[in-house]
Amino acid sequence: MSDRRRDTRPEALLPSKRPVRFLTDTGAPARGKPAYPEPAPELLRRAYRHMVVGRRFDSQATALTKQGRLAVYPSSKGQEACQVGGVLALDEGDWLFPTYRDTVALVTRGVDPVEALSLLRGDAHCGYDPYQYQVAPQCTPLATQTLHAAGLAYAERRKGTGRVALVCVGDGATSEGDFHEALNFAAVFKAPVVFFVQNNRYAISVPLERQTAAPSLAYKGIGYGVRSEQVDGNDAVAVLAVLAEAVRHARSGAGPFLVEAHTYRMEPHTNADDASRYREEKETERWRQRDPIARLEAYLKRRGLLTDEEVASVAAEAEEFADRVRTAMNADPRVEPLELFDHVYGTRTPQLEEQRELLEAELKAEEALT
Amino acid sequence: MTTITMAQALNAALRDAMEDDERVLMFGEDVGQLGGVFRITDGLTAKFGEDRCFDTPLAESGIVGFAVGMAMGGFRPVVEMQFDAFAYPAFEQIASHVAKMRNRTRGRVTLPMVIRVPYGGGIGGVEHHSDSSEAYYAHTPGLKVVTPATVEDAYSLLREAIEDPDPVVFLEPKKLYWSKASVDLPVRGEPFGRAVVRRPGGDATVVAYGPSVPVALEAAEAAAEEGWDLEVIDLRTIVPFDDATVAASVRRTGRCVVVAEAAGFAGVGAEIAARVQERCFHSLLAPVLRVTGFDVPYPPPMVEHRHLPDVERILDVLERLQRDDEPDVRYLPEAGAA
Repeated sequence: MSDRRRDTRPEALLPSKRPVRFLTDTGAPARGKPAYPEPAPELLRRAYRHMVVGRRFDSQATALTKQGRLAVYPSSKGQEACQVGGVLALDEGDWLFPTYRDTVALVTRGVDPVEALSLLRGDAHCGYDPYQYQVAPQCTPLATQTLHAAGLAYAERRKGTGRVALVCVGDGATSEGDFHEALNFAAVFKAPVVFFVQNNRYAISVPLERQTAAPSLAYKGIGYGVRSEQVDGNDAVAVLAVLAEAVRHARSGAGPFLVEAHTYRMEPHTNADDASRYREEKETERWRQRDPIARLEAYLKRRGLLTDEEVASVAAEAEEFADRVRTAMNADPRVEPLELFDHVYGTRTPQLEEQRELLEAELKAEEALT
Repeated sequence: MTTITMAQALNAALRDAMEDDERVLMFGEDVGQLGGVFRITDGLTAKFGEDRCFDTPLAESGIVGFAVGMAMGGFRPVVEMQFDAFAYPAFEQIASHVAKMRNRTRGRVTLPMVIRVPYGGGIGGVEHHSDSSEAYYAHTPGLKVVTPATVEDAYSLLREAIEDPDPVVFLEPKKLYWSKASVDLPVRGEPFGRAVVRRPGGDATVVAYGPSVPVALEAAEAAAEEGWDLEVIDLRTIVPFDDATVAASVRRTGRCVVVAEAAGFAGVGAEIAARVQERCFHSLLAPVLRVTGFDVPYPPPMVEHRHLPDVERILDVLERLQRDDEPDVRYLPEAGAA
């Protein structure tokens, strides 16, 4: 694909007419030769392991909402190829800009699961150190972080570090102005950033048809001069292959790259949502037949890259991980109310000092009563 | 000493900051070749190159959000919003990210960045070119909000804003851009959070900031002819707010008038009045009064002089300060007023 970078025709910016896929819905090799090299077997095996662990983490997190251990959890079940693919496409020094639905991506990246769940547990807005993992705070406002990713990527380019940023957004966020401003800024400044749209077909309840009249979301790139591609988001092989090219493109100095992954949110928006109010079960069932983990597992087995024993051992690893998360999350988090005043500014203002004293006195009075 | 304008002082502050620290960048709309519509960035691209001072696409949210990312990446961006009302598209970035990044990451990610906003009226600007938007920013914890009233402060406060570890909304009073003073640069004044007494006086305290400071000073001179000895305080930084200087003055004078261009309702002037009465109630000899713009959308240029606080309106309000222990009859219980 490296020659395509030098293709200056506007058409070269357009995505493939149909989503790139390596696998059929059942995990057999798809017909036709994809225009991207297939990822190395070791990367596919790693992806499989992270996807299985990620899904188990995701169901554990949903269970924690039922036990009152999490305030809310937006599941990414069904999107594991994207959650894992987006992270494995990056080098250690690269940056990930996740949304609130990308917690599986965070743990894939190596963020401590308790730190990753702080936002959703409600003990801190961001429980991890972004600079430790090169992971920006999970972003709740839609698409605002695309500009941060573009700016940070441009900063890396200016510093000559060779690092790239990958920013996650959903289909709904592509309607926000910041998404468009970010594509435009990134293209004008040749910022090495990959815009990774996980099109899971619903923005809470609103279907894709109400977000856009474009042939697909990947067509939003050409208006900004951004090379774009669409991929079967439930085909981990294809996601990894396309993202590898997107990251290579960005890192080479050729500017940003937009990838739309067609996927599906198997669960409701969050545990507090009722998906039966806006979509049919038979639609969900159709997507269940295209499950990203089952497809990759079938493919790897077919190619002799995965044994039944390894499947069992990965499943056991996932259970152990879920156990650790459950145990860790069963401990009550320690919150320090006086910390409220610590990180508003570098130095507390006189007003914040006064308010801190007020709260401190309240806490002491409470303590005296108990 | 050379005589320079406030615009030139701001330009010099940017130039010196960029000279001293190569992480400092300037970007926005028309700030490159043109030097900004008010010429505040004049010559910076020529001196430091396209990498240090550059034009961006025309999108304010984009400019601020891009600056957030660059600050995360180790730069110290200074961005220009072309006019007060044109900064509104950036409000989500400012309120949800610029103001909160340090807080939401518990001090791990800080954003040393400056958002420069030419603001306020009095220059005959057409619609959307004259808003006083300080209350929106001052009401957002995590932002520092600064506005110079003098040429020296324009330089000093902008240098400090660029060096500050926190994001600063730097409000430049448009109508003072062409005000002049003899200054030796570089000049450094009081730090953030310190108000300054611009005119000492004993009869009443007039609190003002930005474009209202020269108006308050002019009113004080006129009031002196009527026997009033007014103290005029220039806040300089709205956030952090200098309660100590304001309260000390009002406790001494017993009377307080707040002057601000913005609509009075729920504005910074209202906050100042509330803080003064909380801290100075037992020293007050009269109600704390405000002279502000009307609660109307900013008027067309041909009537803006009817809207902006002026000397006459400040002098008129002095009559309500109960100098002769005469209460304001409009607010007596029997008058049945609201």
